[in-house]
Amino acid sequence: MKNFIYQSQWGWLSSGVFLGIIFLLTVVLVKPIGVSTQFVILDGIIWNLFSDQIVVEDNNAKSGYSSPNAYLNKSGGKYAKNIVNPLNYSFIFVIAMIAGGFIARRLHTGNESKDKLIVPIVWSDRYGHSPGKRYLVVFVGGFLALFGARLAGGCTSGHMMSGMMQTSLSGYLFAMGAFAVAVPVAILMYKGEE
Amino acid sequence: MNIVLAIVLGLLFGFILQKIGAANPQKIIDMLRLKDFHLMKAILFGIGLSSLLLFVLINIGIIDSSHLSVKASYTGVIIGGAILGLGWAIAGFCPGTGVVAAGAGRKDALVFILGGLLGAFVFTLLYASLKATFLFADLGGKATIAATGNEKFAALIPSMPAIAIAGGIAIVLMIIAWILPEKQKNQHIAAK
Repeated sequence: MKNFIYQSQWGWLSSGVFLGIIFLLTVVLVKPIGVSTQFVILDGIIWNLFSDQIVVEDNNAKSGYSSPNAYLNKSGGKYAKNIVNPLNYSFIFVIAMIAGGFIARRLHTGNESKDKLIVPIVWSDRYGHSPGKRYLVVFVGGFLALFGARLAGGCTSGHMMSGMMQTSLSGYLFAMGAFAVAVPVAILMYKGEE
Repeated sequence: MNIVLAIVLGLLFGFILQKIGAANPQKIIDMLRLKDFHLMKAILFGIGLSSLLLFVLINIGIIDSSHLSVKASYTGVIIGGAILGLGWAIAGFCPGTGVVAAGAGRKDALVFILGGLLGAFVFTLLYASLKATFLFADLGGKATIAATGNEKFAALIPSMPAIAIAGGIAIVLMIIAWILPEKQKNQHIAAK
């Protein structure tokens, strides 16, 4: 057991079992996992620091809050409410994920070079070790991933994992769209290295 | 209580994503360029197993189907999925694994999160002008393949028992996970 916790990477079967258990556990105890919405909530929290109009109390709204921004005002001001009350389940869940990644990495034997923590081998083999280029591409990648996730209404966790688990049509549509682009792009962009 | 659950479950989820290699862009990119199916096998098995257990527990009444949350199907799900796929492939992170990787000390993941915050913000600003376009054209609403017992979600195959359909799909996913080769032959040895 101890070795298992300290391993840097689990085998595929134990990985699959634990992934299945955590997705099931969240549904049983609370609700399906979702991550990408919380990027909007953090944006809103920052926006709210600079503007006192972006979220307002509103007794006519279902959530008790409304926003002049149509997206934050969606579904009775659900996002607007979470922006002024960041201590809610979904936001804290994502913050705790950061800590989970931190602990998992602390508890592991073996070392990874500092370089690999910025530039993966598959990248450096083709594009070199300079972090600048990698940062630029990763920034654009982040922009696209979250813009796409918000347009789709969820990301890999919410749509693909939680969705396909419930046999949602949307989960299958999302997975189709994502892999149809991701596979050819990854093959073209990272070809060469064996 | 909900906050305690959020901390415990979030920690566990982050821990698991890191340990299965999902927060490692090398593993993601190698999966997407079809060189290393370790993660693919784990994901397919995870979806299959959780789905099978979910429908069994709903069937015997242990889980209430009000806990389910099915997302709507519209054109933007496919197009948004494709845009996410592009970002996922070039960066090697998706929103959840980017967050975990940042916690695990990856600086490129921090940059991914900054890009993500900007992308989500631009979408927030554009939503008002996008919501009436073809991007939000309905493709079936909040539909599931198997009947969940929650009448908010329409079932595409209502006539057959949900446990048979969902269980069947789940078992197929787990079988695919089992037989998929872990690594393509002759690949990736040089990288080690």
